Amino acid sequence: MGASGAPRSVIQVRGIHKAYGATVAVADVSFEVNEGEIFGLIGPNGAGKTTTMECVEGVRRPDRGTISILGLDPFRDVYTLQNRIGVQLQQAQLQKRVKVREAVDLWASLYTKTVDGDRLLEQLGLEGKRNAWFMTLSGGQKQRLFIALALINDPEVVFLDELTTGLDPQARRAIWELVRGIRERGKTVLMTTHLMEEAERLCDRVAIIERGKIIDIGTPEELVRRHCPARTVVLATESALAEERLRALRSMETVTRQQTRYTIEGRGEDFVSEVIQCLSENRIRVTEFRTEEPNLEDVFLQLTGHSIRD
Amino acid sequence: MFRGLGKLTWLEIRIFLREPLGAFGSIVFPVLVFLLVGRWWNDVRSPGIAATGTVLRVELPVFVAVLIPLTGVLSLVTIISIYREGGILRRLRATPLRPQTILTAHVLAKLALTLLTLGLLVVAGKRYYPIPIDVPLFSFVLAMLVSTCSILSMGFLIASLVPTARFAQPIGAAILYPMLGLCGLFVPLRSLPPPLHAVARAIPLTYAVSLLEGIWKGEPWRAHLGDVAALAAVFAMCTALSAKVFRWE
Repeated sequence: MGASGAPRSVIQVRGIHKAYGATVAVADVSFEVNEGEIFGLIGPNGAGKTTTMECVEGVRRPDRGTISILGLDPFRDVYTLQNRIGVQLQQAQLQKRVKVREAVDLWASLYTKTVDGDRLLEQLGLEGKRNAWFMTLSGGQKQRLFIALALINDPEVVFLDELTTGLDPQARRAIWELVRGIRERGKTVLMTTHLMEEAERLCDRVAIIERGKIIDIGTPEELVRRHCPARTVVLATESALAEERLRALRSMETVTRQQTRYTIEGRGEDFVSEVIQCLSENRIRVTEFRTEEPNLEDVFLQLTGHSIRD
Repeated sequence: MFRGLGKLTWLEIRIFLREPLGAFGSIVFPVLVFLLVGRWWNDVRSPGIAATGTVLRVELPVFVAVLIPLTGVLSLVTIISIYREGGILRRLRATPLRPQTILTAHVLAKLALTLLTLGLLVVAGKRYYPIPIDVPLFSFVLAMLVSTCSILSMGFLIASLVPTARFAQPIGAAILYPMLGLCGLFVPLRSLPPPLHAVARAIPLTYAVSLLEGIWKGEPWRAHLGDVAALAAVFAMCTALSAKVFRWE
């Protein structure tokens, strides 16, 4: 963790480009990942997240550009690198009839340095499934096993690709907890997700990818502030004064009214307190009051003109 | 380079035996069939037919020595393509496992099961098919090993390339069965029309059959150095090529 001074960067990606025939999957992508952070590549399916990640893992070779991870060239030093990273892949499977314990044993035999497999399974809540066949596990259990396999070699960098896709909300939350646990062990995490909520809950910094290009990089809060400065207050009041006074607010942009309910949009950090001040100064009695914070989903919509769910 | 080979081989054997019909289909069933056929054969055989004796004494062992690795190739091709399609290879790729290790593990697993079956067959069939004592058993086993490695290496190459499990079996069969017809196992090479001679010479199986038959009949190794060289070349080429073209997904 970069507690003192500038954080140390463990992954540097500069200007990588990857095309499959005429289809450009990744176009001039650059970013850095710092030690001990969870860095998210976010964007819709097919945006180039997985390809980018696979280039960093050394599984795919970019057509152009350079990548350095832990000081290594991922393609040339792939065998050295694989010993020091842990990988969880999107839509991977294991042999149907392999037991959980056997998979962990096999993985442990592949690396020079390993952690205790039984303890790992315990930490991931799989100790009761040690003798279960892979095909009998639930989606969440499979993902937890894949996390165990990704951590068996005590890696310095962990790659997580669409970790919670297809899981129910409860299993998803449990997995998020585990990922935070990975960060607490001082490991660096590079993850992809198309779930903005996941990115907001987990990632220290994110890069938004759309059509193979990175549109912006920053902490989720920074991105929201930068691209969606608008704040919205929704309130309900019977007061006849309200509309006139609200329209007079300095940072107000629009006020829309539906019977007794007002939606006020404004800009800037002070906007919400301005509204509150106005209400109290004019003794306007409200029966409902809430603010709507923009999130990464709004940022994405703002930057690309379409929703990430499209 | 072969880190994890032992673990993976042992694991694949256990996984195979867990398949429905895995142990029964590959071990118990062949032995049962063998015993039933043997009993029937024993009943109908009349001591006057000498020809059957030769068939059993020369052709059968060579037949077995070629067919077993061939079925090994087919099952190797199928299982690797299933692993490829299911994303299992994808997952293994992100580990220090090498393609050669994965292929070798499957081959070793298959061979181990085959040897077990063969051993049981020999033990169970001793009454019906006595092994002639004048056969150079050690040399034959060695020849079998050489030809098996060569034949399986073709499997490496096919398995490295076949895209989906659906095509694995037909592609494997389309490559292997014509080879089987032209390698001299069923039809002696002499009786093939001359154009097919050239084809037969290009088929690795031809050399395997020639080597196995010769050694079984008691011919010296130096008469078959050409066969051994051809088989070694096939092995070297196919394994090197398969490592280059191996498709993980």
